[in-house]
Amino acid sequence: MKVLVAVKRVIDFNVKPRVKMDGSGVDLANVKMSMNPFDEIAVEEAIRLKEKGVATEIVAVSIGPQKAQETLRTALAMGADRAILVQTEEEVEPLAVAKILAKIAAEEQPQLFVLGKQAIDDDNNATGQMLAALLGWGQGTFASKVEVADGAATVTREVDGGLETERLKLPAVITTDLRLNEPRYASLPNIMKAKSKPLATKTPADYGVDTARRLETLKVTEPPKRQAGDKVGSVDELVGKLKALGVVQ
Amino acid sequence: MSVLLLVEHGDGKVRDATLPAVTAAAKLGEVHALVLGSNVGGVAQDAAKIAGVAKVLVADAPHLDRELAENVAPVVAKLMDGYDAFVAPATTFGKNIAPRVAALIDVMQISDVIGIENSNTFTRPIYAGNAIATVRSNDAKKVITVRGTTFENASREGGNASIEEVDAGSEAGVSNFVGLEASESERPELTSARVIVSGGRAFGSAEQFHGLLDPLADKLGAAVGASRAAVDAGYAPNDYQVGQTGKIVAPDLYIAIGISGAIQHLAGMKDAKTIVAINKDEDAPIFQIADIALVGDLFKIVPELTEKL
Repeated sequence: MKVLVAVKRVIDFNVKPRVKMDGSGVDLANVKMSMNPFDEIAVEEAIRLKEKGVATEIVAVSIGPQKAQETLRTALAMGADRAILVQTEEEVEPLAVAKILAKIAAEEQPQLFVLGKQAIDDDNNATGQMLAALLGWGQGTFASKVEVADGAATVTREVDGGLETERLKLPAVITTDLRLNEPRYASLPNIMKAKSKPLATKTPADYGVDTARRLETLKVTEPPKRQAGDKVGSVDELVGKLKALGVVQ
Repeated sequence: MSVLLLVEHGDGKVRDATLPAVTAAAKLGEVHALVLGSNVGGVAQDAAKIAGVAKVLVADAPHLDRELAENVAPVVAKLMDGYDAFVAPATTFGKNIAPRVAALIDVMQISDVIGIENSNTFTRPIYAGNAIATVRSNDAKKVITVRGTTFENASREGGNASIEEVDAGSEAGVSNFVGLEASESERPELTSARVIVSGGRAFGSAEQFHGLLDPLADKLGAAVGASRAAVDAGYAPNDYQVGQTGKIVAPDLYIAIGISGAIQHLAGMKDAKTIVAINKDEDAPIFQIADIALVGDLFKIVPELTEKL
């Protein structure tokens, strides 16, 4: 069975984002960019399904600028078989991303579409659910465990009250949570090999999807800053302060 | 503006997470609360009493038990013909359903709203809360998830809404509920706790994490939280996680112990009224935002603190 994985190029997890002086957004010039961490988990899960003999082919898809090629090459180096870049220099919202991915799903006919639960730049947590809606497929969101057998995916989900398990008829959409797996690092030979794996380049227009934004960003500001408070030298002093503030009895 | 509000419920009652969403929804217009599930008459009664709810809609059917997104979203999407906005709490429950509704009615969702400027314009955190975006929606209808910590809880008393049955739709036939492994705790829920004690990787093991933090939490009547590092290391279950990808909390008192203060963690707790940080590294970033800082060895400090409180 074929597995599709969506990956996004975002600011690196370890970089502290800085708001631009003119309030137009976050400054991404000369900032290290990487694959969205949840998408790495998605790629890893697809590879593990292939290693178990469940998946036969893994196709990585990204919607983004030309440089998103690098993100796709990372997915290929990890173990994806081929890649599709839907190239656009514009920022594409989750709804339009989901529409493009739905068109690709119609072409590729995968049994499973795996995505990260959220991107760490816009923090929307929406694309996977939207894709599942557009395809009329089941959705296993915030997955911490996935088992595929007999035409179904059994997905354990990280929910507020604990762990919920659902059984989804295939094809289905899965979005990954942190504890699903620990993504591998690509080895140097695999990085070299990835350079010759097929990577097709398309545009949103190829899929007939209008990517005009529905949400207009009016401004981006720094959050209110907290000031560092007082240092205390002992537990007694700490207890005294807490009592003085009235936060403990 | 008419607003359809998604009620989160469990054990036959409206969950606290619904209450700030009611407050946010009321800023947009008349609030009709939607209760979905199987045998949820009691929940509907409960919802009808919430101050600010004008009407309760109930979709009650066996296939809506457990509120699987695949069965729930079409019911909501159909009801949206008669509403201008759909509001859900930004919990794992609301986050699972709202985007599926949004796509069905071709609307770009506005996630994790922390402020409502007017019926089109909202503020929301991006980049783990390191930036706040003000966005204007050009969609005719709005789909919004609301961050609970930034809106007051609506009162559970004072409302007297009428209750109306609505079409419960049909089984989508693509998903089944298998089971729920509920995390059991006598302690308050993280997202509604007044006091939280939270631990990081410095605890070194699950035994030391629980052995030291649980007695402190019991003494304070506090919930226990954890950094992502502590969760990743297996010291605490994932539903303890506070941060960008875990829970967003805003208690009166947050005690961060052995937590260095990665931006992803700060994103989840920097709205606490008072932050106490205990860490052996005096350069730990957590100290930059802590109201009270104590540098030292947590293995000595935590037992002493538990004893002296």
